[in-house]
Amino acid sequence: MEMSDSVAVAQARAGDSGAFRVLVERHSRNLFRLAYRMTGHQEDADDVVQETFLRAYRQLEKFDERASFGTWLYRIAANCSLDLIRARKRRGERQEGAEEGAPDPIQSLPDAAPPPDRLAMSGEVGRKVAGALNELSDMERTAFVLRHYEGMCIEEIGRTLGVQPNSAKHSIFRAVQKLRRALEPLVSSAS
Amino acid sequence: MNHLTEEELVLYYYGEGDGAAAVREHLDACETCRAGYACLQRVLNVVDSAPVPERPAHYEAQVWRRLRPSVGRQGGAWARLSWPLLWPARHWAMAAAVAALVAGAFWTGRYYSNAPRSPQLASAPGQVRERILLVAVGDHLERSQMVLLELVNARPGEPLDVASERERAGDLVAENRLYRQTAARTGDARVASVLDDLEPVLLEIAHGPGRLNPEEVEKLRRRIEGDGILFKVRVAGSTVRHREEQAAPNAGRKSL
Repeated sequence: MEMSDSVAVAQARAGDSGAFRVLVERHSRNLFRLAYRMTGHQEDADDVVQETFLRAYRQLEKFDERASFGTWLYRIAANCSLDLIRARKRRGERQEGAEEGAPDPIQSLPDAAPPPDRLAMSGEVGRKVAGALNELSDMERTAFVLRHYEGMCIEEIGRTLGVQPNSAKHSIFRAVQKLRRALEPLVSSAS
Repeated sequence: MNHLTEEELVLYYYGEGDGAAAVREHLDACETCRAGYACLQRVLNVVDSAPVPERPAHYEAQVWRRLRPSVGRQGGAWARLSWPLLWPARHWAMAAAVAALVAGAFWTGRYYSNAPRSPQLASAPGQVRERILLVAVGDHLERSQMVLLELVNARPGEPLDVASERERAGDLVAENRLYRQTAARTGDARVASVLDDLEPVLLEIAHGPGRLNPEEVEKLRRRIEGDGILFKVRVAGSTVRHREEQAAPNAGRKSL
């Protein structure tokens, strides 16, 4: 029978590294998705996954067993991603897209966009969305990713990011506004 | 008729807010808002198409392999007792090894400095010692850099819980002293100087409060950035790593 998260956490706390391995193997792929959406970069996302599990391991004693372990991990991963994005910014090394030096995908949108099925096939939509997400501020992107992709409620996002729910809500609004501005021409021409 | 705001539409889309029924009713009645909502839906649906690269089939196992050296080498009651010490333990062992090597080298030199030795035998212990020292110092600089980075990258204008950084800085201080003395003794002035600059910063973190107010965070950030210590540590770390790589096949380097 599959070990539940709470049993695995209890055993990991007692020093059973095999139990911690269960948690790592269960959550690493989802954490990667979250980290990739937040950082927009594969290697950064891999680093975030690694750092998230290390922080989780070090703080396992602080984990409240009544909470969901997955949600707790997501919080750590969101904060790790933010740390990494800020560190990158400080070093002026922020990646603007999957390829360094690549033109802004939004700017390079052809005037007459091809039909949506072709766009999807070619990955053009994905690149445009990635470009639009890159235009968001750290807080906007994080709050939006947690709301849109991870389905976290606004209050939970506020707790995760250490801000008031109202502030998280406004970050989401601003993110949606920017995404609309960037992507509306695309969906209008496709419809 | 007042139209729905964009914010109301966003909240409705995500199923948040209290007025879902009223929004739905309005959408049923108002074509303008319905069109606006349809456009919002299209945009947000398209956002879902942002690709996430697939990880390889054994990704989970890869993540675990990388984590494994840092996780759970002790079990049961010992793990509970030493939980916060698991990380430093590895480094304390390394520091102890370095101390033993330094002491060993000192006593060997003292008693056997005049004894004739073959060049091969003479160089072997030095080579091993150098490798261990380089690995240990490189590791130490990397961990110091992580502590400093976490503080420098703290969210401005907000208090910061630095209990974990404080604990780590406390462990790093003792190691730092040992490595600084060793570097000075082996004539590596550059590394000794960086470690010398690093020590007061680590001390300040280790002896500071566990929770910093925004002013204290800013002061610490200015201190770290003003001294350029992070840059120095990063450069020294990369130099040491480079030498560590070179030391593997080469023998006979005398300094740290």
